[in-house]
Amino acid sequence: MNQIGPVLVDGVIYSAWLFIAAVGLTLVYGVMKILNVTHGSFYALGAYAGASLTGAWLARGYPPMLSYAVLLAGALLVTLVFAPLIERGLLRFMYAKDEVVILLVTYALFLILEDTIKLIWGVNPYFVAEPYALLGSFEVGGLRYPTYNLILVGLALGLSVGLAWVLHSTRVGKLLLAVIHDPEMSRALGVNVDRFYLVTFTLGCFLAALGGSFTAPTVSVVPGLGVDVIVLSFAVVVIGGLGSLPGAALGAVIVGLVRSVSVHYLPQVELFVIYSVMALVLAFRPRGLFGLAEPRRI
Amino acid sequence: MQGLKNLALAGLAAAVLVPGGALAQQPVKIGFVMFLSGPAASPFGVPAKNSADFVVDELNARKGPAPYGKAGFGGSKIEMVAVDEAGTTTTVVTEFRNLVQRSNVDLVIGYISSGSCLAIAPVAEELKKLTNFFDCGTPRIFEDGSYKYVFRTSPTATMDSVGAALFVKEAKGSVKSIAGLNQNYAWGQDSWSDFEASMKQLVPGVEVKTSQMPKLFAGQYNAEISSLLGSGADVIHSSFWDGDLEALILQASPRGLMDKSMTVLTTGETTMHKLAAQIPDGTVLGARGPFGPYAPDNAYNRWFSKGYEARFQAPPNYASYQMAQAILGVKAAWEKAMAANGGKRPSNEEVGAALEHMSFEGPGGPVRMAIGKGHQAIMETAYGMTRRVGGKLTMVNVKRYPAELVNPPEGVKSADWIKGGFKK
Repeated sequence: MNQIGPVLVDGVIYSAWLFIAAVGLTLVYGVMKILNVTHGSFYALGAYAGASLTGAWLARGYPPMLSYAVLLAGALLVTLVFAPLIERGLLRFMYAKDEVVILLVTYALFLILEDTIKLIWGVNPYFVAEPYALLGSFEVGGLRYPTYNLILVGLALGLSVGLAWVLHSTRVGKLLLAVIHDPEMSRALGVNVDRFYLVTFTLGCFLAALGGSFTAPTVSVVPGLGVDVIVLSFAVVVIGGLGSLPGAALGAVIVGLVRSVSVHYLPQVELFVIYSVMALVLAFRPRGLFGLAEPRRI
Repeated sequence: MQGLKNLALAGLAAAVLVPGGALAQQPVKIGFVMFLSGPAASPFGVPAKNSADFVVDELNARKGPAPYGKAGFGGSKIEMVAVDEAGTTTTVVTEFRNLVQRSNVDLVIGYISSGSCLAIAPVAEELKKLTNFFDCGTPRIFEDGSYKYVFRTSPTATMDSVGAALFVKEAKGSVKSIAGLNQNYAWGQDSWSDFEASMKQLVPGVEVKTSQMPKLFAGQYNAEISSLLGSGADVIHSSFWDGDLEALILQASPRGLMDKSMTVLTTGETTMHKLAAQIPDGTVLGARGPFGPYAPDNAYNRWFSKGYEARFQAPPNYASYQMAQAILGVKAAWEKAMAANGGKRPSNEEVGAALEHMSFEGPGGPVRMAIGKGHQAIMETAYGMTRRVGGKLTMVNVKRYPAELVNPPEGVKSADWIKGGFKK
């Protein structure tokens, strides 16, 4: 199959999924300098909440078209339950510690949340296939694609434009940029940095949960779902530059397209193509494509 | 009082008359290893664990069908130690060592992943611990190695691939091209290479359109499905299992992949109840042997499938059958070894010697430890196509293939046997 249309469509769909899954990771790192391993847990929590709530919604015969809103609500629900609890209950006591210590703390939380998921939902899979097929399909190059994929693309575009707008065109965004640049100085000038940390962490976790929730209709929601996502998300944000939103977008597009091209034309190399790109980028730009040099603190 | 005296006398008589009585009655501690977490837990690990729970309880309560009616193993009750297979290969090996050296199990039954089996086999040999692989499929274990303590009472992936190729040729008629979607590790690579080679033998000139090998647990298969759809292959082969198989069906179904090409899912039976609505008619489902919908109507299957379903409110899948078969096989060998040594509790070496080249019956029918120097089982296999009848997914056009037709003879590697034209 040598048609460029399907190659591009597959690449764009995968890029959109990757961006939604990864953007929260880079946001939290950018603001809080935390490499948040619980990102994978929130992706899984979102998937479980989305699948179980949507399943219950459809089982009761409620309007199927509103199932997309239920997916959104599922992501919001688990985020509001777990994210503030983690940030206020644990992470805020760790901010003074080294980045590696906080990384280990979030890894420990990731393991705890994996078991929490099993306690809540058990080990049997959850399926909610209806939203995936509900919107019909469209054709490119003679190949059929569920229209649901366009929701993912729209969601990714909306998130990238929305986050860029908030960051650069609103007062809150400008204050956030100040916090990113120098939290101590921002605090001295009266910015409530703690609140920014809480909101940013919650927002980052919500984006992960949103990724999981909107992926749920296309996969079997099972324990361990978040493990691979954290690795892939990390690759994407490292390519783009840790903490950079445009970097995450570009990283997702590069990885998505390169993977799609390899699957269609050279499937033998698909397994390592993503990490080859990462290695190549890091060889020439060790801080990633959009990574900025750290300002020197005196 | 008289009753108590009689009981005491009977106990004394039993202790004197039964050789090695006290030792023989000690529980047989068996380590069971299967995925209890991760994507493979639900389709494989949990049904296998349920099966072990059911069979062990039944055997301990002397409810097994003849000749499995003796309590536990040779009169000694079975004590289960269940361990999760999830984790890296290093973790799996460490857990095996813990089972043997800390929990002091008498033997181990387990392992779903071919990667786990390849790693465990030499360690089991080093620790001299009888280990029966109940599910993993790669034929490399006994083709590339020779073991005294390691057995596999389930057939290899070669049988699945050769059986699938025979079915495709028979059911499809004219096949001009094939394509594959398999996971990129031992199981997926072996399955595809055996299927591809078998098809090339059965249909000379068949064209391979594409072979997709995404990594295990990749989860997103849009690009692979596009590539398969675009290839226009007559037949698509996939040995996907666990959550990957479920994700593939969920993503491929709305895109019409399984409608467009005859799709062979060699482990598809595990999904036929959960994803019945997404699997279209005409999909070829395998059960890695005569299990599940392909199981024979024998006393063992009636006992197992009815009892399992009554206890767990779900029919057993092929992983459940393989676990039951593994326990019954070792029980038969254990009791054969006991009979040979005068009723004493057998050593691992004695049980191993009894299991070598043994034949026994299970819920899937006859099992013969015929290859791998008597350590590897062969069985007949079956394939069929899905058809919705009254809203329920059933298997039709079922074809059965005798064990010798789908397994290599003793001493011949699977790949060589297939490339040599399946010569006996």
